Amino acid sequence: MPNPFAIQTAVEDGLAIITLEGFVDAHTAPQFESAVQSEIDSGHKRLIVDCEKLSYISSAGLGVFMTFVEEVRESGGDIKICGLVPKVKHTFDILGFQDIFEMLENQSAAKRSFAAS
Amino acid sequence: MAAIERKFTLQVPSSTENLAMIREFVTSVGRQATLDDAEINKLELAVDEACANVIEHAYGHDITKDVSVRATFDDEKLKISVIDEGRGFEPDKINQKSVDQLVQERRSGGLGIRLIKTLMDEVSYEIEPGLKNELHMTKLIKK
Repeated sequence: MPNPFAIQTAVEDGLAIITLEGFVDAHTAPQFESAVQSEIDSGHKRLIVDCEKLSYISSAGLGVFMTFVEEVRESGGDIKICGLVPKVKHTFDILGFQDIFEMLENQSAAKRSFAAS
Repeated sequence: MAAIERKFTLQVPSSTENLAMIREFVTSVGRQATLDDAEINKLELAVDEACANVIEHAYGHDITKDVSVRATFDDEKLKISVIDEGRGFEPDKINQKSVDQLVQERRSGGLGIRLIKTLMDEVSYEIEPGLKNELHMTKLIKK
């Protein structure tokens, strides 16, 4: 099966960086949700989700962003999304995510955005 | 001469791990139907959403049940039907709140059917809970 799912997390300068690879659908979204929850439970409120290697996302994956963004914003943090390939960005755009989330070109731009905020 | 209609069917156990196989199936059918990549991507997502709804809501993750995806196409349109024998749903009662409102409420329900209606050219339902539910989705083939 092409595009297996993988997820990596790292912390740099207080930023939690979650890197998604492959596909996030109803089968793999729970792992993504657990990763985000784990970072928040660890006290991280500034999260970058790097989607450069993400080839597909369905509403199950989009729902993870929606579930957590208010919680981190209320505590002064945010979730910023970076590296979306056009196919995946289209799915975000259909639901109007560009009005709710900051979407950056790459991880460096997302880090700069947090540094400036 | 009448257009030749081609039919393909995939039947899989009701498990989310089969969604990747379902997406490959509809992608392959979309290519045969000469849809372009952008339209195939929409088809792939719409059918994934429909099948995920069946697996999670109609069958409640009961892997002993089956989800069927039936595809038929001719020169003018590709029709995909997702068929189940589960609980069914009431299309008019699907959450219509804005994404902004859902975010405020920390909820994410109802996005799937919203995506399906946006991605496909025609969407219709035949709902007989516990007997047979069919969600029909049509994509017009542009020449």
